Amino acid sequence: MVKVALIDGPDSLTGSEVASRSLRKIVWTRLRRDKLAMVCLFILIALYLIAIFAPVICGLLGVDPYSFDKESISDSGGGPVGTWGGISTEHPLGVEWGTGRDIFAQLLYGLRISLLIATTATILTVFFGTVLGIISGYAGGKTDAVIGRTMDLILAFPFLLIILAMSGVLTQRLTALGVPDGNPSRITYLIIVLSIFGWPYLARIVRGQVLSVREREFVEASIAMGASRYRILFKEILPNLWAPILVYATLTLPTYVGTEAALSFLGVGVLPPDTSFGGMLGNSVSYFSVVPSYLFIPGVVLVVLVVTFNLVGDAVRDALDPRAGRV
Amino acid sequence: MNESQEPALRVTDLRTYFPVRSKGLFPKTVGQVKAVDGVSFSVQPGQTLGLVGESGCGKSTTGRSVLRLIERTSGRIEFDGLDVTEMSSREMVPIRRKAAMIFQDPYNALNPRHTVGAIIGAPFAVQGVKPPGGVRKAVQELMERVGLNPEHYNRYPAEFSGGQRQRIGIARAVALKPKFIVCDEPVSALDVSIQAQVINLLRDLQDDFGIAYLFIAHDLAVVRQIAHHVAVMYLGQVMELATREDLYSRPLHPYTHALLSAIPIPDPRAQRQREHIMLSGDLPSPAAPPSGCVFHTRCFQAQDICAVEKPEIIEFEPGHKVACHFPIVEFLGTAPITGLDPGLTKQTGAAGEDRGSNDLIREIGTDYGAAPNTPIDPGPAIWR
Repeated sequence: MVKVALIDGPDSLTGSEVASRSLRKIVWTRLRRDKLAMVCLFILIALYLIAIFAPVICGLLGVDPYSFDKESISDSGGGPVGTWGGISTEHPLGVEWGTGRDIFAQLLYGLRISLLIATTATILTVFFGTVLGIISGYAGGKTDAVIGRTMDLILAFPFLLIILAMSGVLTQRLTALGVPDGNPSRITYLIIVLSIFGWPYLARIVRGQVLSVREREFVEASIAMGASRYRILFKEILPNLWAPILVYATLTLPTYVGTEAALSFLGVGVLPPDTSFGGMLGNSVSYFSVVPSYLFIPGVVLVVLVVTFNLVGDAVRDALDPRAGRV
Repeated sequence: MNESQEPALRVTDLRTYFPVRSKGLFPKTVGQVKAVDGVSFSVQPGQTLGLVGESGCGKSTTGRSVLRLIERTSGRIEFDGLDVTEMSSREMVPIRRKAAMIFQDPYNALNPRHTVGAIIGAPFAVQGVKPPGGVRKAVQELMERVGLNPEHYNRYPAEFSGGQRQRIGIARAVALKPKFIVCDEPVSALDVSIQAQVINLLRDLQDDFGIAYLFIAHDLAVVRQIAHHVAVMYLGQVMELATREDLYSRPLHPYTHALLSAIPIPDPRAQRQREHIMLSGDLPSPAAPPSGCVFHTRCFQAQDICAVEKPEIIEFEPGHKVACHFPIVEFLGTAPITGLDPGLTKQTGAAGEDRGSNDLIREIGTDYGAAPNTPIDPGPAIWR
């Protein structure tokens, strides 16, 4: 807290109004000094831009993930022609076994779907976890008990089994509700399931923080002023919770990318011709001994994505709380 | 005290008990902590009532119960003649404009994520008050009034010192010009030199706006600088209630004597020579207060009746209330209340000292205990 003032050096008191550093500015100043974090942040932004502009990039390179290229695979076994899984000027990262579909294009479209699922699920998780955690922690009593037991119930559920078992039924339900059949409803299903099983973890953290923040006197000062409950919860208490929420979000997102990959690998994720990291990894396993690059390419990108997110999450946590040392 | 005027705050027989619950799946109420047990007082507009007592005696609980921040068990609370005892929290919202609170810990009382402007402007926002010229102008005027640089409007509490933060808390409390403010140990977390500044500020604001203070403190020397009346609390009950001059110069209750004798005198020789009253034993648990007079277990002149019969608080002299069977009257020794002529106890000389602010800084800064012209030493050690 005290170090805050030292970062930018002494204040210039010349202006008619001394602008102050908001929390955002303080965090940004600290983050900017962390070289590793800045590199990671740059990579992340690049990955998001690549995902968003995947069709444009693929169009420029003349590749697309859906069209078959019989020229690039051998007639005998369907294996890619050429070395390194068929890497050539036409196919920068090679082609898929059996179909000749471009792996680079698949990777970009897979990144798009993985990030779509993970980002949306993280936003929903953070929203519900925060709101329910704050209410649970502040209200106490019966409300706390109901929300608390619900969280316990969800945390005790065999998450993976439920997702696998309910996939078919619930995807159909979603289709019946008007979500387009096929991959849109499967993606929606994944987002919903990840959020439902994810929010209790954050809600517990938030609840614990609220229990300590609500005892601080500025909350009492607010009540003494006649502030509404909404104001106390979301204007007084919530701003004090951004640190754990932000850290949790940056650490949850890569977890969801990984979980989505695992679920796709297990067959719950998106169906061909669309693909995601998990789907590509699942496909590539069969050809590992012949074309190892097919496994490594999505694997490396997945690792880069998860690691950079984790590093940025750590850096954000450090920037928010300078006293917490890196362990 | 001008009794014809409606008091800014009147509290009648306030009781706040906290239930003690048993552990387990189905907790049952197994007892009560009598944090506040039958406290009555009133504060006139523009006056200060000091509420003193040791830790755990229920001072802060009284302050918070008065503002309905803690639900009281029984009793009556009136703000400016308006009975707020039975009001719902929704009904209380507009009434809260009349009352405010200043907190002990200047680090906890301000939201670290809000700017000073937002903190001082919060009462306007919460109460929907639109000051002429806008909230920002009003807030900057308040900042100037309490001795802060108005240019620091956009700063965060972490960028201020403890004393400055307490000024922010004070600016927030006086923002809507309340009738009274509950000050919960507003200076005990501050340096001695800063204490004097903050107390001066509180007094200036009182003079300007006619605000009444319920000033909670454990430091008798601080209370002496600001209070017009002083109530001494012990184990949830008021032991003695008097004007400042009476309480400091002619205390009646043995407990008040003990408290006053604990104030250090900055002269080591005088400090060594003077009489100290060491209370024996510990503060009893408010969950199981002693029978009769709650103080009898530690009182140096308790007699049999004290353990049996609770002394009611009576007006021993005009404007000087005490709850004791054997109040200490100087030069007369102890005497039962009946048959005592209060006129004999009158003392001359110990008039109220000058309340000039320069004097105050000198007094608090250098002479932390007794003011020079009013020896606090309770006189002959008749209880020896």
